[in-house]
Amino acid sequence: MTFSVDIHHRLGDFAVEARFESAGRLTALFGPSGSGKSTLINLIAGLIRPHKGRIAVDGRVLVDTEARIFVPMHKRRIGMVFQDARLFPHMSVAGNLRYGRWFTPSSERYAKMDAVVDLLGIAHLLDRRPAKLSGGEKQRIAIGRALLASPKLLLMDEPLASLDEGRKAEILPYIERLRDETKLPIVYVSHSIAEVARLASDVVVLAQGKVAASGPTEAIMQRLDLLPAEERGEGGAVLDTKVLHHDEAFGMTVLGSQAGEIRVPRLARPVGATVRLRIRARDVMIATDKPTGLSALNILAGTITAVRPGVGPTVEIAIDCNGAIVLARITEQSKQALRLALGRQVFAVIKTVSFDSATTGAGLSVEADG
Amino acid sequence: MNWLLDLTPDEWNAVRLSIKVATVAMIASLPPGILLALLLARGRFWGKTLLNGLVHLPLILPPVVTGYLLLLTFGRRGPAGAFLAEHFGIVFSFRWTGAALACGVMGFPLMVRAIRLSIEAVDRRMEAAAGTLGANPLWVFATITLPLILPGLIAGAILSFAKAMGEFGATITFVSNIPNETQTLPSAIYTFTQVPGGDEGALRLTLISIAISMVALIASEVLARRVGRRMDIE
Repeated sequence: MTFSVDIHHRLGDFAVEARFESAGRLTALFGPSGSGKSTLINLIAGLIRPHKGRIAVDGRVLVDTEARIFVPMHKRRIGMVFQDARLFPHMSVAGNLRYGRWFTPSSERYAKMDAVVDLLGIAHLLDRRPAKLSGGEKQRIAIGRALLASPKLLLMDEPLASLDEGRKAEILPYIERLRDETKLPIVYVSHSIAEVARLASDVVVLAQGKVAASGPTEAIMQRLDLLPAEERGEGGAVLDTKVLHHDEAFGMTVLGSQAGEIRVPRLARPVGATVRLRIRARDVMIATDKPTGLSALNILAGTITAVRPGVGPTVEIAIDCNGAIVLARITEQSKQALRLALGRQVFAVIKTVSFDSATTGAGLSVEADG
Repeated sequence: MNWLLDLTPDEWNAVRLSIKVATVAMIASLPPGILLALLLARGRFWGKTLLNGLVHLPLILPPVVTGYLLLLTFGRRGPAGAFLAEHFGIVFSFRWTGAALACGVMGFPLMVRAIRLSIEAVDRRMEAAAGTLGANPLWVFATITLPLILPGLIAGAILSFAKAMGEFGATITFVSNIPNETQTLPSAIYTFTQVPGGDEGALRLTLISIAISMVALIASEVLARRVGRRMDIE
């Protein structure tokens, strides 16, 4: 499954000019508010008509202004989950869930009610009215409703943006299951690095209506310069890791990665589970000699592969640790004092306590207990 | 109490006729009322202000004028009246159908207004959500818009019914005051007040008129509350 977008759309004096393709499982459209993410997703859904351009999903042309093709939204078979769940107030939860099924030809109905209800854990809500549900429950119903229309592509427009941290943590695992257990490709709009790093296989970065970069999540997350200013502190390398074992005595979990073992606070995940770990660049220190007498538990050996100027007095340094890139943000002064340069052998130092639920993705067991 | 319910056949006929005329006027107004309310709430076209003015005209004009205009257009010799009589056998002048037409026209602005307001209050993002789920515009209207405007529809229908129950000027101008054919409650009360000794009959019909109006009002309240509870708009 691939989809391609090449559009030009004006909104007053703001123009969205975007061109990208993706074949990813979950493609994130990432950028600050006002960067054109939502416009783009509304164009794909067919809620707005572009002034110029072409959109194709899985080889099917949905929009081609030159060939005068515009498939109306109800014929696109593209599911949409809105930021405000938009459940129909005059129907029960079950009625909402069943709504899309009426309009799907029976030969194309792949989504099963029981499976979706089970996937999202909403069996106990079926008889309820939407008005009585919590924000997180509403959003799960909205996801289920979109799935049960058996779409060919699922769009999610900042589905977690209006929820508090607790509700976000409640929904994220369901979106992960959706990504991993169904074959449905997903386009996910977000301005949160934590969500993108955790969920996306591919990222399209938008800035001022244009595509600033696109590619696999690991590669994009290293480009700190692409991140919006308010999120830059959250930027850093993304590593795919596995739970090796739990250190019950000290309440820690040891993760195995290409870069080496990394100790994080105890995760509520079984041994062998995969964890996508984000290491914030600001949490990484650099040592030129292997440090001793240091409280930090994670020391990864590597080679400097890039030095880029950062914001203000900072520089961003990429360290290749056995093939995995770890990013560090340090001051220009430290860089000069340590004479850090390309090709230099260094050690990346990361405190275990700098990892939290936002960077490990898996609920920390401390939080699970509390 | 006996004297209240001891109606003469003519009086009974007036009561029955009034209810029939008001019901037919209300039901017949609904489809064009919804259509016009939709046009005025959502349409963007040239002459919208003019159309809006035209719809509201019966509210502003003296009822006698509306009745006379109806007589000119839908009377036996009027262009619309002659055409309908010749091709469809529908005759309005001096028939109860004419009374229903006059009542419907007089109540129309009230109905359109109520429905239009409720359409404007509908969250169009709900309709967009239904669209992405595969519903075409007609289905969206039937399954989302219509249920959401139901309270407005009920209010509009009741207003139209109440207006029809009380309509006098346009009706009597258009179809006169013929017992058993076009003599509705207000016309019958008016007739009683014009003859000596008609006070008792006028009072009887007045009380009945009040009772019918109250029942209609309470019924609409109950209905609207039930719909509202079912809906639970966030």
